Amino acid sequence: MFKHQTRADKVILTTNGIILALIVFAILIPLIYVIMASFTNPATLLNSGITLNPSKWTLQGYSRVFKDGSLLIGFRNSLFYSTAFSLISVTITLFAAYPLSRKDFVGRKLMMALFIITMFFGGGLIPTYLLVKNLNMLDTIWAILLPGAVNVWNIILARAYFQGIPDELREAAIVDGTSEIQFFFKILLPLSKPIIAVLVLYQFVAQWNSYFDAMIYLKSENLQPLQIVLRSILVQMQPRPGMIQDAQNTAQLQQIAEMVKYSSIVISSLPLIIIYPFFQKYFEKGVMVGSIKG
Amino acid sequence: MEQIYQKVENGPNEIMKAEVGTKMSRNLKYMKNNYQLYLLVLPALILLIIFKYVPMYGAIIAFKDFNPLQGIMGSPWIGWENFEKFMSTPDFINLLKNTLKLSAFGLIFGFPVPIILALMIHRIKRVAIKKNIQLVLYAPNFISVVVVVGIVFIFLSPVGPINRFITFLGGDNISFMTEPSYFRTIYIISDIWQFAGWASIVYLAALSNVSQDLIDAAKIDGANILQQIRHIDLPTIKPIMVIQFILAAGNIMSLGFEKAYLLQTSMNLPTSEILPTYVYKIGLQMGDYGYSTAIGLFNAVINVILLISVNQIVKRLNEGEGI
Repeated sequence: MFKHQTRADKVILTTNGIILALIVFAILIPLIYVIMASFTNPATLLNSGITLNPSKWTLQGYSRVFKDGSLLIGFRNSLFYSTAFSLISVTITLFAAYPLSRKDFVGRKLMMALFIITMFFGGGLIPTYLLVKNLNMLDTIWAILLPGAVNVWNIILARAYFQGIPDELREAAIVDGTSEIQFFFKILLPLSKPIIAVLVLYQFVAQWNSYFDAMIYLKSENLQPLQIVLRSILVQMQPRPGMIQDAQNTAQLQQIAEMVKYSSIVISSLPLIIIYPFFQKYFEKGVMVGSIKG
Repeated sequence: MEQIYQKVENGPNEIMKAEVGTKMSRNLKYMKNNYQLYLLVLPALILLIIFKYVPMYGAIIAFKDFNPLQGIMGSPWIGWENFEKFMSTPDFINLLKNTLKLSAFGLIFGFPVPIILALMIHRIKRVAIKKNIQLVLYAPNFISVVVVVGIVFIFLSPVGPINRFITFLGGDNISFMTEPSYFRTIYIISDIWQFAGWASIVYLAALSNVSQDLIDAAKIDGANILQQIRHIDLPTIKPIMVIQFILAAGNIMSLGFEKAYLLQTSMNLPTSEILPTYVYKIGLQMGDYGYSTAIGLFNAVINVILLISVNQIVKRLNEGEGI
């Protein structure tokens, strides 16, 4: 390291720091605004915006959301879908990635071609919908869990990771009489924790944040995931009946509808934002593996 | 091997057959010995065939007068009729334009941002500060598209903070969500807000491989930071830029349905209606399965053509290196 910086470099580095600080600010502003608005009295919010005056603060938005319960049911459903989906998807991914990572695996090229084609071309929305319908999976959890379970990109990631593990390890194990399945479960998987963590996180987040499959495949109220409930509150501007049942007039109704938006956003987004930093150390590894081999 | 020696006596023709035979039997023997490997790959293969390849077959209803009661096989063929019908609707040109413009502008404005961010973050020397910046920049990636669109609606509403600010400065209220001319800008800026930080990870990881020796040598030669970026940093991440660009350009027509659909209001449809949202409306809301499958297929084929041509162009510009 050279301590001496030229004046030009100092100017550049300082400017760089200032611009980055502004960017960080620009990302945080909407989030901070929503959090503050979720605690602000709706009348104040409508008249003068968010405030630092604690006498204008309220927890009403949260109590209304919890009293109604549909957001919580959505929360519970999403927790189930995301957990089950990431479990199924990552298991299948790891299973498939191991044979495909083996250079001696007969049929490897053909199978990889079969997988990769689907990344760039597909039958489309309607044929997939008709298939799910014909399989009698409409309005069941399987419509959410199965159609997207094979993620080719994740198979490529896991495969690249397995290829980075030295062959000698397997050869030694096979000489000792270990079967392929035993080697996979007892030696390979324990070595693959970083990639497993990344894949589980990716799939969990993807499922948690998606609404499209639920919108087209699910009808029953009690199967709806969080994002569908959020969509009706945030985008269609229709608060749930339980949140507004005591509204006296349209003005009040409008205020409540506005207020529950903010608390719903906070309740639904906070868990992931809190959890994700714990996985951060794995991100670069996961992304890097993919970009080299991809 | 013994088999081959025996066959040699029967003449050259038999040797060829024997070689083909041994390759086959070698493969069969491999499969028998390694059947466990095939069991492992089986679940993914089955799901892939059911949920990806069966719909590809199902897409032939684009060429049929599809009737659910008669099924895919039983419905009568009508050739290109659905495609001709689509191309002669007055919406056709506008839909194509909306789809291409939204993704092309998204690519032009969205593609450089993560690269610039990575170059900037890379120059922050204090590890703790760098980590915190990354923590904030990656966070929006974990917010759902529904919530991001919800925040957009909140911020841009007539009584929202942006309009409050505009009127504070003495301007007139702008109704962003109902004015078609704002749709693309809103879509692209919120996309950059949400994903640019996350997309910079791959460039940052590549930059971390730049050797300090190289930088030190450049400094001795009197190179300032901008020169270092131009001659060291950018060449280092160039291969990754190429791959990312090809992938992004190949996806130009497979725009996310999810966000566009959420951002649509009845007023901004002239710019916000794109092929995927149109397919959804015609197919699932109006039930015209065959016709909407044809539109979806049209979209998918353009996509593949774009991917292949972009790959070819980049290969030529990049001295033979595509993907």
